[in-house]
Amino acid sequence: MYDQEKSKFAKSHEWAFIEGDTATVGISDHAQHEISDIVFIELPKVGDKVEAGKRAAVIESVKSASDFYAPVSGEVVEINTAITADPSIVNKSSHGDGWFFKIKMSNPSEAGSLMSFEDYKATI
Amino acid sequence: MNNYKHNVLSIEKSVDGRRGIKYTPAKKSAEQYLPQNMLRKAAPKLPALSEFDTVRHFTNLSRLNVSLDTHFYPLGSCTMKYNPKAYEALASLDNFTSVHPYAPVDSVQGSLEIIYGLEELLKAITGLDAFTLQPSAGAHGEFTGALIAKAYHNFNKDKNRTEIIIPDTAHGTNPATAAMAGCTVVNIKSGSDGRVDLEELKKALSPKTALLMLTVPNTVGIFEKDIKEIAKLVHDNGSLLYMDGANLNALIGLVKPADLGIDIMHINLHKTLSTPHGGGGPGAGAVGVVKLLEDFLPLPRVACDGKKYKMMTKNKKSIGSVKTFYGNISIILRAYCYLRQFDTNTLKTIAENSILNANYVREGLRNAFPAFFDMVCMHECVLTLNKEKMPSVKTLDIAKRLLDLGFHAPTIYFPLIVPEAMMIEPCETEGKDSIDIFLGAMTQIYEEAVANPELLLKAPQNCPVKRIDEVSAAREPNLRW
Amino acid sequence: MFNANTKTNQEEMLKKIGVSSIKDLLKDIPGDILYPQYNLPQALTEADLLRSVKTTAAKNKPLSNYIGAGIYEHFVPSAVNAISSRGEFLTAYTPYQAEASQGTLQAIYEYQSCICALFDMDVSNASHYDGATAMAEAVSAAARIKNKKKVLFTSALNPEYRDVLRTYFAGNDLVKFQEVKIKDGITDLEDLKANLADAAAFILPTPNFFGCIEDAEAISKIVKENGALLIAHVNPISLGVLATPGSYNADFAVAEGQSLGNAMNFGGPGLGIFTCKKEYVRYVPGRICGIAKDADGKRAFVLTLQAREQHIRRERASSNICSNQALCALNAAIYLTLLGPEGIKEVAQVNIENAHILKEKITSLEGYSLKFDKPFFNEFVIKCPVPAAKIIKAMAKKGISAGYDLGEVSKDMKDCLLICVTETKTAADLDNFLNALRGI
Repeated sequence: MYDQEKSKFAKSHEWAFIEGDTATVGISDHAQHEISDIVFIELPKVGDKVEAGKRAAVIESVKSASDFYAPVSGEVVEINTAITADPSIVNKSSHGDGWFFKIKMSNPSEAGSLMSFEDYKATI
Repeated sequence: MNNYKHNVLSIEKSVDGRRGIKYTPAKKSAEQYLPQNMLRKAAPKLPALSEFDTVRHFTNLSRLNVSLDTHFYPLGSCTMKYNPKAYEALASLDNFTSVHPYAPVDSVQGSLEIIYGLEELLKAITGLDAFTLQPSAGAHGEFTGALIAKAYHNFNKDKNRTEIIIPDTAHGTNPATAAMAGCTVVNIKSGSDGRVDLEELKKALSPKTALLMLTVPNTVGIFEKDIKEIAKLVHDNGSLLYMDGANLNALIGLVKPADLGIDIMHINLHKTLSTPHGGGGPGAGAVGVVKLLEDFLPLPRVACDGKKYKMMTKNKKSIGSVKTFYGNISIILRAYCYLRQFDTNTLKTIAENSILNANYVREGLRNAFPAFFDMVCMHECVLTLNKEKMPSVKTLDIAKRLLDLGFHAPTIYFPLIVPEAMMIEPCETEGKDSIDIFLGAMTQIYEEAVANPELLLKAPQNCPVKRIDEVSAAREPNLRW
Repeated sequence: MFNANTKTNQEEMLKKIGVSSIKDLLKDIPGDILYPQYNLPQALTEADLLRSVKTTAAKNKPLSNYIGAGIYEHFVPSAVNAISSRGEFLTAYTPYQAEASQGTLQAIYEYQSCICALFDMDVSNASHYDGATAMAEAVSAAARIKNKKKVLFTSALNPEYRDVLRTYFAGNDLVKFQEVKIKDGITDLEDLKANLADAAAFILPTPNFFGCIEDAEAISKIVKENGALLIAHVNPISLGVLATPGSYNADFAVAEGQSLGNAMNFGGPGLGIFTCKKEYVRYVPGRICGIAKDADGKRAFVLTLQAREQHIRRERASSNICSNQALCALNAAIYLTLLGPEGIKEVAQVNIENAHILKEKITSLEGYSLKFDKPFFNEFVIKCPVPAAKIIKAMAKKGISAGYDLGEVSKDMKDCLLICVTETKTAADLDNFLNALRGI
């Protein structure tokens, strides 16, 4: 749905799929695999302001608690409540139904500093 | 016959109308004393069982546990040593259990004597100058210590000291404590030998450093041989040195922490001083300090004028109370009993034998599960897996297989810096014979891991339940009936 | 003393390790501080220890107890200690290896369930150190949930609890406490309303420190209307008859659970009961046990939601708690199982009746009156014709611990005695009390 080849990636394993001034964000397939069975996700609220590189969500497995850093700055305009109800969706489809939330970007140029899928693949 | 089904809840055995205890009933109902709107509407959903039902239910539950009294329990960092039975008898004496904390001081001189007596004994074994027995656990003691350090710096008008330095090998409680005390955590990486890297420490020290929290020996089971230099660096920087005493069993009778330059430390009475772990508590986390910090200790404190004991409740410098009343008295009493059974000649044999046992395990498993840091260890050793020989096996599988063979598992996946860690602490109360059986089991598991890893992945098979799926429990929590 | 290795064992082991003496294993320790002298008394054999500590025990002179104030004397059925002193419970540790700890885990699950049932709350953890530290954790959770610092309590909160709250939050910037006035022994609702603006939570002890039962429902309504959370503190035995925290919509309910099957023990160990509504489960500190399935699909018990805890979250954890009061929680579970729904009601009713009988008797004496004319459970304040301290001293000479001197709390209450009566007192005991008091 949010083709990883066309997504931009942060070093901390979040992806952003950009359409106009809106970025849909989630975690990479590599990240969901590393975290393994996700049991809980805490998302920001619609209307929250998030900042690139700052914590915006929390992902818990049985053995870990990981921070989700917003890949770009802006206002949260939509959240995926399906993954808070059933976090296993993220393990099944991290680039599809497992998206986290959508950001109306306040500074679209930030996306330029994210990596392409190829570059990201090289870092993992 | 015992047709007990192991996982049936008490509420599922409930039979309406059954009672485990009866009281002489009140003559009038609650409505006749209290307004209707203040009363409970429906009875609570508690089990209705006879005393016999209850005894059988819980006795059968107890039999599902692996415990120290029944099994070798080498849980690293937890110091699962034998809990002597005399102390249980003494802790249950009516004269100790039936006194109220606010009872007139003349009527509780015995309890005060025990508190005071244990403080004196702890001072003797640590070389520190004053103790509080109020904290309920090790982590509670850490919190107390961090507050004392902050109060000390504040008292000296040194209010910018808000950072606590913690090595990456530390227990999770250390950083969590620092955060609770309102401090920022500065993590430092350990050196290649698992010890504090002095250069890293120097870089981390700053005018903002309130405290360095150090576990001695560290959680890899290795003594910080540069400890005196570490203490000097910390003190020259105007900071204080905290010792997490979780591993005191390795030092008791060998070294007084005060001689290492420690300013504040906690002692887990439920570890080194042999009080029972109780399935997770209650424990106790006595905190000792050097003279300079005595006034900052929590209140109340017990004083003695030579004849009579009394409670001191006032000291403006004190951090206040960290719990109600004076501490976990029945635990304090057991720890007092333990220390009264040693003198200067025998105290050292605790640490000596615990160190001997740990090194014997480390050496005995050299070929099967190598030590992560290949050197002499203190009271525990941290082993890892040879992944090349057993690619599909994880430490978790080894642990579960050990349960099948009749042992409690070691602490696993800690410390975090060691991959696939297994932390083994045999304790001095185990002898060569029981350790040899353990080594035999571990060697067997090693061979199985290489030849027949499936067996391990399916373990345990001989426990009351098979391997538990923790993921489903966390995704859809069912926390009560 | 308790070392298992014989000299022969030690020699064999040293040989295997490849060193000649234990001292060879201690080379990392600076020589100048190794093997210091210890100033310890003579070591005692078990027989000597028993003799010595029994002598110390005899220096305690337990009195007939009428003090409550946070620790309560209740009858502990014999089966409680008989079960919990079993080595399988007593000498196990935190159930990290769930498959080998199903006994402890199921007992924790049953404890959580009994507490939730008694309190009418959704979630209970496996316990905290004591009532006050459980309250501190609830305050911390409320401040984080609301992202506000102001937390209110009344001057009828147990002074020991106030001390602990102050200590817990002195070091950080999370919470600022503000005191709400009381009127005739209970919360002054007007003052509560006046202070609630921008508050994260109000702490409501009921019965409060003076034994008075608060109008929890009215208070809860006011607190909720102002957008704050309600943290209730209750006496667990009282819930056999009193309205539950769940019924008046408390967000958190905490308690000192010592009274459920645990002796007074000079004030410790206590049992910190911590409960909350389901929506706050991620804010709960400490261990929680949940139901899981094993590989065969069979019901099993396991510690769950661990990603909240310090061993995973480290400095980001909301609390550092690790050890809890598992054995005291086990005692509470056994106690509540023995009592059942009828027993807990019965014992609560006896408490009410005994306390009201003694109140009647005392206030029939000239000069003695009830300080606050409010409904109470098993504790009440008597205004005395002489300082309370004097009465306590005189009664102690007659073998009675008459109550708690409220002069310790407030200069205005030097003539006030806080008296607690539980089911442990017989009609004859209450007559004795009165006769002793009459003689003063």
